[in-house]
Amino acid sequence: MEAVFSNLDTYWLGFKGTLELLAVGGLGALLLGTFVALLRISPIASLRGVAVGFTELMRNTPLTLVFFFIIVVLPALQIRIPTKLGAFIALSLYTSAFVAEAIRSGINGVPIGQAEAARSVGLNFGQTVQLIILPQALRMVVPPMINVLIALTKNTSVAGGFAVVELFAVSKGLANQHGNAVIQILLGIAACYLVITIPLGQVAARIERKVAMQR
Amino acid sequence: MSTSSVLYDAPGPKARRLSRVVSVLAAAVVGGAAVWLLWALGQPRVTVNGAVLTGLWSPERWDIFGDPRVWRRLMFDGLLMGTLRAAGLAAVLSLILGVVLCFARTAPRRWISVPAAIVLEFFRGMPVLLMMLFILLALGTGGYTAVVLALTVYNGAIIGEALRAGLLALPRGQREAGLSVGLTSLQTRLAVEFPQAFRQMLPIIVAQLVVLLKDTSLAYVVSYPEILRVSGYLKDYYGSTRYSFSIFAVVLLTYLAVNFTLSAIARWLARRSGPQAGAITPKEQP
Repeated sequence: MEAVFSNLDTYWLGFKGTLELLAVGGLGALLLGTFVALLRISPIASLRGVAVGFTELMRNTPLTLVFFFIIVVLPALQIRIPTKLGAFIALSLYTSAFVAEAIRSGINGVPIGQAEAARSVGLNFGQTVQLIILPQALRMVVPPMINVLIALTKNTSVAGGFAVVELFAVSKGLANQHGNAVIQILLGIAACYLVITIPLGQVAARIERKVAMQR
Repeated sequence: MSTSSVLYDAPGPKARRLSRVVSVLAAAVVGGAAVWLLWALGQPRVTVNGAVLTGLWSPERWDIFGDPRVWRRLMFDGLLMGTLRAAGLAAVLSLILGVVLCFARTAPRRWISVPAAIVLEFFRGMPVLLMMLFILLALGTGGYTAVVLALTVYNGAIIGEALRAGLLALPRGQREAGLSVGLTSLQTRLAVEFPQAFRQMLPIIVAQLVVLLKDTSLAYVVSYPEILRVSGYLKDYYGSTRYSFSIFAVVLLTYLAVNFTLSAIARWLARRSGPQAGAITPKEQP
């Protein structure tokens, strides 16, 4: 345990890095993902096509490759992006596809009668989506969205493999320095991740129960 | 598009015209961006120290792919013996672990279910990368074992949770019916509930296997020679500046091909056996 407590400041550095990646990456992913989800339900076929193409491409590409492209390949082409900004972009792009899917599944989860009722009293597409569908869908989207954020928390560790200072990168460094206390060091890092993910999971479960009761 | 959405009417002449205009605009923007990107990538570049690099589509950047040894290295050593070997074993093991964890988690005895719940929570909240590093360093195993074990534990936990959700979502009558014809609690679970839950959750499980396959690329970070790592070796061997992009493009296309195949299977399964979702937006899949 001594190895953990003597390195608390390093831990804090890594923890801060992870939180920063989570916050900026999550915000970017939410904005981009909502936009993609709106394209996905739009009446215009070509916009739907663009959204489907983007989602499928991102969902089937490993995150490591997205990072690899931005941090390794682009500099080889003389396009330089600061590593940290690159990590934000990679995480946002990758996660936005999952955000879009979560929102779309929430929209699909609204009973079809709601949309039919709205349409039959004469609301148009924009009104139906804004007033009837989205308010119900977004409530149902919260738990899967939190799960996406939990996945994002874990995915931030990939950035550590590409020279961004965060928990995983810190753990690699510390484990190399303290060869005799590797287990304690790594368990400490694990605890840091759990501090983020477990409360998020609890919140998701609670909201899920609440929403389930109302329906 | 076969089924139309309830969100809007069948388009009339005006809406069709608008839709056409927007479609052309969108196609122009996306197509233009793609063409520009391809063009920009094909342009020669001048580096900081004055050397001129040829465009990315010039044949000399792609000539190594005429060599069967490169393909053998990438596809056989990298994809088959690296990525797919690890993913295949991890997929089988994580399915088994998922089933076991699901049963343990839903067991009526608390001394089984509570530890199972803790184990599930712990492994679900842990980055796969950290688990790989932990197994590699703390247990002192080789790269292959570390990768397979980490992927197994992580995806096993997720599959276990999915199966449990499937069990919980079953109508209660199923269990009651099983009990009332004289099956024991365990028999009901095995013979009545679990088969239904498994079928219901099959699309989610296959989707998770796609995630597993994608996650093998993380092994790059712990130096296990899967396709991304092998492509790195190739790059070092043939020259990074010259082949960086072409090798990356081939690896990306390989991943996409394999993953799209798996995703297509998942969608096909979802159509066959999954819940009938997609009420409001039209069901259209590429």
